[in-house]
Amino acid sequence: MNTVQMRLDDRRWNAVGGAPAVIALEHVYKTYAGAATPVRALRDVSLTVRRGEFIAIMGASGSGKSTLLNILGCLDRPSRGWYYLDGIDVSKMTPDQRADIRNRKLGFVFQGFNLLPRTSAVENVELPLLYSDAPAAERLRRSRAALAMVGLSHREQNHPSQLSGGQQQRVAIARSLVNRPALLLADEPTGNLDTRTSIDIMTLFQQLNRERGITIVLVTHEPDIAAYARRMVVMRDGRIVRDEPVENTRDAAVDLASLAPDREEVMT
Amino acid sequence: MNLGPIVNIALRALTRNKGRSFLTALGIIIGIGSVIAMVSLGHGAQRQIQEQMDSMGTNMLIVQSGSQRVRGVQSGSGTGTGLTVEDVEAIARECPAVQAASPSVGASVSLVFGNQNWTTRAEGVAENYLLIRNRGVASGEFFTASDVRSAARVAVIGKTVADRLFPGLDPVGQTLRVRNLPFRVAGVLEAKGQTQWGQDQDDTLLVPYSTAMKKLLSVNYVSNAFVSAASPEMTFAAEDQIRQLLRQRHNLRPGADDDFTIRNLTDVADMAEETTRTMTLLLGGIAGVSLIVGGIGIMNIMLVSVTERTREIGIRMAVGARSRHVRLQFLIEAIVLGVAGGLIGIAAGIGLSFALSQVFQWPQAISSASILASVAFSIAVGVFFGYYPARKAASLDPIEALRYE
Repeated sequence: MNTVQMRLDDRRWNAVGGAPAVIALEHVYKTYAGAATPVRALRDVSLTVRRGEFIAIMGASGSGKSTLLNILGCLDRPSRGWYYLDGIDVSKMTPDQRADIRNRKLGFVFQGFNLLPRTSAVENVELPLLYSDAPAAERLRRSRAALAMVGLSHREQNHPSQLSGGQQQRVAIARSLVNRPALLLADEPTGNLDTRTSIDIMTLFQQLNRERGITIVLVTHEPDIAAYARRMVVMRDGRIVRDEPVENTRDAAVDLASLAPDREEVMT
Repeated sequence: MNLGPIVNIALRALTRNKGRSFLTALGIIIGIGSVIAMVSLGHGAQRQIQEQMDSMGTNMLIVQSGSQRVRGVQSGSGTGTGLTVEDVEAIARECPAVQAASPSVGASVSLVFGNQNWTTRAEGVAENYLLIRNRGVASGEFFTASDVRSAARVAVIGKTVADRLFPGLDPVGQTLRVRNLPFRVAGVLEAKGQTQWGQDQDDTLLVPYSTAMKKLLSVNYVSNAFVSAASPEMTFAAEDQIRQLLRQRHNLRPGADDDFTIRNLTDVADMAEETTRTMTLLLGGIAGVSLIVGGIGIMNIMLVSVTERTREIGIRMAVGARSRHVRLQFLIEAIVLGVAGGLIGIAAGIGLSFALSQVFQWPQAISSASILASVAFSIAVGVFFGYYPARKAASLDPIEALRYE
C-alpha cells in the first residue's frame, strides 16, 4: 500500500465528523484553451463531501459550476490538482477507467431527463447495468426495484413519451440509483419542471438522502431548490466563495402538502 | 464485459426504429438478391448447354466430306464424294484415340404404312451408331453387324415417325415402305426432343449404311462419319490422327487444302460454356455493384444515425459505456443490418430466380457457393461500411454529446 493510499485512509477516517469522504477535491484547476486567452474555469477548488451529505452547488452561469460537476462526474478531469472519489484517485485516470468509475460509483440526473426514446421505463433504468457484469435476471430485478423506489412500479412498460415530466425525472433518478452509486449528481434536475413537480422531485431526493443515506450533489441556480439541501456551496469566477450549512433546511414533503392538490397529477 | 449485452443493445437500438432499419437493409437485400438470381440463371444456362452437348454424343467428332473452303469458294459440307466406307473403317482401325466410327449417309425419303404416309430423313449408319451418339432404343432392338454386311432392309425409327405412321400400334415387327421398298421395323429409338436449334431429333429413320447406299441412294461414298474419341480429353488427339490418316489416304500434298472437315463438339461445347460463364460473371458483376451501393447506403444511414443519436451516445457514456462499447454497438448494428439484408436477399434471390425461370422458361441452378459468398460479403459490407460511423460515434466527447440538441 503506497503513501497516497495511506493519506487517503487518514483523510477518510480521521476527518472532522468521522464519516468517510465521498468527494475530496484538492486544489483543483481546470483551464480550457480559449480562442485568444486560456479560459480558467476552475481556480484552486478544494471541497470535501462526506457520505450522507446533501449539498447544493449554486452560482451564476459561467461561475464554473458546470465544469465542477463534469469533473465530479468523471466526465472530465482536472488540469491540476487531485480528486479522490470514494477513496480512489480518479484525477489521472484514462477515459476507459473513468467510464468504469461512472458505471460503478456515480449516478447522473440531468435537467433534460436524458432518457432513451421509444424505450420502456424499465429498460431505461437497466441501461447502466448493461455496461456492468450483472446477469440478465439480476439486471431486471434491480431495475424493477429501483423503479419501485421512486414509486413507478406501475409504469415499467411505458415509454418516456407516455410519461409526465415528473415521472420521466423519476425514471432518470431510478436509473441513477440502479447501480447503487456512492454519489448521485443532479444537474438542474428541476429546471424543466413546474413548481409543484419540482417540490415533488425534491421530496424524493430528501427521502433518498434521509432514509437510504445516499450522498447527493445538486447543481441549481434556484435558491428555492437549494433550500432543500443541507449544505450550500456558492461559486463565482471559478472559485468557491461560500461553503456553509443551510440553516432551516426546508422539508419538501411539508411544502408539497401545503400546496393545493394538483388535479392533473392526481389523475395520472 | 462480454459481447452478449452489446449485441442486445444493438438489437434493441435496431428494433426501436424498424422502418429505418428495413430501408437501410434494402440496398443489401436488392444487391444480394440480384447476385443470387443472376448467378443462378447463369449456372442454369451453363448446365443446360452442358446437358445438350452430352446428349449429342459423348466425345463426338463429325468428319464431313468436302471442305468448307475449296480455293476460296465456300462449298457445303457433306456434299463431296471423297469419303468412303473404307476411310471410315480405317479411322476406326488405325487411329489410337478413336473408340468407334460410323459412316453416315442421308436422304430425304417418303414412308408409307397402310394409309399413313410421312416424309422424313433416312440415315444410313453402322450398328455402333447408338454408342457413338449416346442414344438407346425404347423398344425392339437396333440392327446388327450382319444386317450391315448383308444390306438388310431393316429400319429403326424415331418416336415422331412411330407416332405418325403407327398411331396406336406397336411398330416393332411391322413392315413399312421406304421409297416403295419394304423394310422391317426392328426398333424404336428413345425420344430425345428438339436440339438447341429446334430440330426434331425423333423425326428420323435409321437403316444400315450399306442398305442406304445400295438400295436407297445408289452411291459408293458416304457424306459423314460419326467418330467417338476414347475420352473427352482425347478428342483433339483423335482430330489430329484422323486428319493425318485421311490426308494420307486421299493423297493430299503438304500445303494442299483438306478435302474433308472435322468438327469437334468439345470445341463447340467449350465455347458455349465459356460464353455463358462470361455472361454469368458479367451479370454477377453488375449485381455486385448494386451490393456496394447498398453498403454505401448502410454507411450513409449509420452516419446520419450517429449524428441523430448523439445524445443517446452521451447518455450511454455517462452511465459507463467505454468508447469501445459504443464502437462495438454501432459496428454490430451495421453488421446485423448487413446480415439481415443478406438473409432476406438470399430468400428474395431464390424466389426471383424461380419466378424468372418459370415465367421465361429459363433454366436455373441455385449455387450454394453464391449463397455462402453472399453471406460472407454482407458481413464484410457491414464491417467495412459500419466501421467509419462506429468510430465517429465512439470518438464523441461525453460532455459535448450530452449537451447536443
